[in-house]
Order: sequence, then C-alpha cells, then structure tokens
Amino acid sequence: MNLKIKYFGMIAEITGKKEENLVSEIGDTEEITQLLALKYPAMENLEYKIAVDQEIILSKQNLTEKSVIALLPPFSGG
Amino acid sequence: MKKKAKKVFQEGPIAASFVGESIAKHQSKTSIGAHSIFMGQVRADEINGKTVCAINYSAYEEMAEKEFYNLREETFEKFELSCMHIHHSLGKVNVGEICLFVFVSAKHRKVVFEALEFLVEEIKTRIPIFGKEIFEDDSQTWKVNT
Repeated sequence: MNLKIKYFGMIAEITGKKEENLVSEIGDTEEITQLLALKYPAMENLEYKIAVDQEIILSKQNLTEKSVIALLPPFSGG
Repeated sequence: MKKKAKKVFQEGPIAASFVGESIAKHQSKTSIGAHSIFMGQVRADEINGKTVCAINYSAYEEMAEKEFYNLREETFEKFELSCMHIHHSLGKVNVGEICLFVFVSAKHRKVVFEALEFLVEEIKTRIPIFGKEIFEDDSQTWKVNT
C-alpha cells in the first residue's frame, strides 16, 4: 500500500522532511508507529498524536490507500 | 447562529492597531453591550540560562482551520454570542508581540467572560499549532503547552 504521511514540528525535523510516501504492507495506525520507530530511532520515545484525514485518532484505526496520515507533536499554540 | 468559515492564520505578529480597528468595526453593532478580548503575547522565558527572543509558529493549517471552524460552531451553540473573532500568527513573532487575538461580543457581560475562557483553553489544547522558541544565541527548542 502507498501511504502519504505528513510530519510537523519536531517530527519534521527528525525525519528531515514535511511529508513522504511510504510503500509498505501497513494496514493500521499501530503499524505506522512501529515502522517509523525503526526508520527514525529518535521517534521511538517521542510523544505524538496521529491524525487520519485531519481527525485525531484515539485508538488503532485501519488505513486505506487514500488515508492522509499526519504525525502531530504536542501543541503549543496561543 | 451559523457563521461562515473565516481564515484564522496570518503571517507574523498581530498589530495593536489591528486589535483597535477590530474594536472600532463593532461600533455599528449596537445590540452588543459587552466585549471581551484575550491577547497572547510572546514571553521572554528563561530556559537553562538562555532567554527566549521569539517564537516561530507553524501549523497543520488545513486541519487547524477545520478545527477552528468546529470550535466556532461549538462556541456559538454553547454561548449566546453576537460575534467571535480568532486570529493566530504563523512564522516569527518576537517577544512582546501578540501571537493570538480572541474577541467575543454579546448583549451582556457574563457570557463573554465564560466564552472567552472556553475558547482560549480549547485553542491551546485542540489546535495543531507548533511553536519553536528561538533564543538570543540562535539556538532553538520546541515549546509545549502546559
């Protein structure tokens, strides 16, 4: 499956990019966390939320080819 | 009352004159009896002996604008407001400059205090905005809302 992942804040710094396409057999959001921790070891202990199609997910969610995934570090607006 | 989506983000700080003009624009709305305003100002925090001189803001803009829209709708449902304006900076805002401006108006005073506090707290926890504190020696650290 070809997945589009967006990175923000300190996560974009760690990955060195604002977004990327990952081609993998990933089927749900937990697998994304595992895959990214392998690809970017600095992310393993980092606190972040995952948004799928601009909604923050609270539990594991299945993904489709069209899902837009975003990794969001802690917010600091205001 | 349904309101159309308005753009919240602007590049750089929010000028004091902009705040003043926003107030002036409401003088024709004579059913309003109370305004309440919150302004977030960039603070010169000292962290590990170094002083913050600016914050550089970025955001997941599409999601943030959508969340701001939802938050506006929720706030209008929860509180009897006449109008509501939210502006947030992106990019660099120096210490002492304004990065967030929230402005609510209603017939009477009580509701504007409550609505304003609700809005500011929700903005801080719900909206995907990321601030990076820049120190005088050009080093940087990511800020986290507490």
